[in-house]
Amino acid sequence: MWKFLHKLASPPYFYVLAKKIIPWLSIFALGLITYGTISGLFFTPPDYQQGDAFRIIYVHVPAAYLSILAYMIMAISAGIGLIWRIKLSHAITASAAPLGAWFTFLALATGSIWGKPMWGTWWEWGDPRLTSELIMLFLYFGYIALRSAIDDTMKADRASAVLILVGVINVPIIHFSVEWWSSLHQGPTLIRQDGPTIDPTMLYPLLAMIIGFSLLFTALLLFRVRSEVLYRERRSRWVRNLLLPPVQSI
Amino acid sequence: MMEIFAMGEYSSFVWSSYLLTFLVIIFNAVHVRYRHRQIMNEIKRRLNLEKVNE
Amino acid sequence: MNGKAFNVPGLWVGLKSIIRRDLLLAWKRPGDVLNPLFFFAMVSTLFPLAVGPNIPQLTISAPGILWVAALLAVLLSLNSLYLSDYEDGSLDQIILSPQPLPLLALGKSVSHWLVSGLPLVIVSPLVAMTFRMPIETMAVLILTLLLGTISLSLLGSIGAALTLGLNRGNALLSLLILPLAMPVLIFGARTVSLAVAGDTVAAGIYFLAAYCILALSFAPFATAAALKISNE
Repeated sequence: MWKFLHKLASPPYFYVLAKKIIPWLSIFALGLITYGTISGLFFTPPDYQQGDAFRIIYVHVPAAYLSILAYMIMAISAGIGLIWRIKLSHAITASAAPLGAWFTFLALATGSIWGKPMWGTWWEWGDPRLTSELIMLFLYFGYIALRSAIDDTMKADRASAVLILVGVINVPIIHFSVEWWSSLHQGPTLIRQDGPTIDPTMLYPLLAMIIGFSLLFTALLLFRVRSEVLYRERRSRWVRNLLLPPVQSI
Repeated sequence: MMEIFAMGEYSSFVWSSYLLTFLVIIFNAVHVRYRHRQIMNEIKRRLNLEKVNE
Repeated sequence: MNGKAFNVPGLWVGLKSIIRRDLLLAWKRPGDVLNPLFFFAMVSTLFPLAVGPNIPQLTISAPGILWVAALLAVLLSLNSLYLSDYEDGSLDQIILSPQPLPLLALGKSVSHWLVSGLPLVIVSPLVAMTFRMPIETMAVLILTLLLGTISLSLLGSIGAALTLGLNRGNALLSLLILPLAMPVLIFGARTVSLAVAGDTVAAGIYFLAAYCILALSFAPFATAAALKISNE
């Protein structure tokens, strides 16, 4: 196990391994998302309160879940990169940021679209979850901005890693905001001590979408990390051998 | 048949959010590959230049 | 004899020294104190000028305006927190000194607050009076600004350390700090608004105090890590 992790930290090994994993992740992601979308849109009964509008849950909740998952992945890899100085870790953090920002934007946008018919407004400044998710988007932007402002790669890696770790406080705030303050959002329905409260027919497409999105995110992330690794190691021997295969003279 | 796509009176909301989601996903999927190819070509170009200069 | 081989100054002496040093430097540069103050006063007057002298509307929006002005004033003063030390090499000495770097970072935040935050807190009632805010709410205003500016100085030092020596560091610093400062702004301004409306303010004060303590506990360590990274 440790030997595998050790090998994994080596860029060329990762580069080759990721290439093999990505297609599988994509296929499963596609399958789950297709099932979740079709089932969620057409084969689940309408909600007794919200009618057909509740179907937005099948894109909004996965996006929101992923916006937080992406940040946690960034925080963990930032921590690993800072403590053990593994370059691949920093590459993962850097690659996850734009993806996380996209999903955060999606969460905010789909949530806003859902809010208009349900709560009567596109945005509610008093809602703690909306505000903390918006703060999350700004944290992503800040990370990307700090990275691009520092020229030296290693310094950029480490400085932005500190930034991500400082901002991690926002994640529990997002999750517990609906419990601590009065919010338009309902309380947690999935991640609860007593188990999910949602009806099973509605639950399975939702779980499928969440897992499908997660696999999709992982596939996109691995692809981006491959690009990042290739760029960082562009002067190394293994990249040279990969892109310009040595010509064998008979 | 059309009622399936109607989504009650919320059709514009539901469909726009799904459309937005899939647009973002597709954009990211395409962009990720495009960027990878771009980086590869750039590195290849540099390596070839160095080879010529050797 | 106390048995020590070297007479290394202790923690308290280290903290006092760096605070004293920074205060001395600020004494020689009155701009460090006056610039944020004038900025605060002027930005506060921008709103009545732009929106017109509608008194009831001003009194309602006064807490938000004052808080935003205070936030911006503190943000502007943060860029130079470590800049002069970085440029003349004293930052190297600070990092290398025997006292723990988080302690010295805390000292710098304290002196920064004394120089830019505390004057704001003291002057705020005067500016608030121009907004015709009721006198009874002044205590809440001062208390929230007190807790808020301390948090801002602490969080801001993280941003200052991260953006040290960068080209457009000032704007980037604000961009980095603002997400962390938003909860402070939200609870600070809204608590004062509640006071103006006559509601209970205890919850907001407790939140601000908790945030302040959280910042006090973690920000020095984050600042120290960022300083070491930026100083390479």
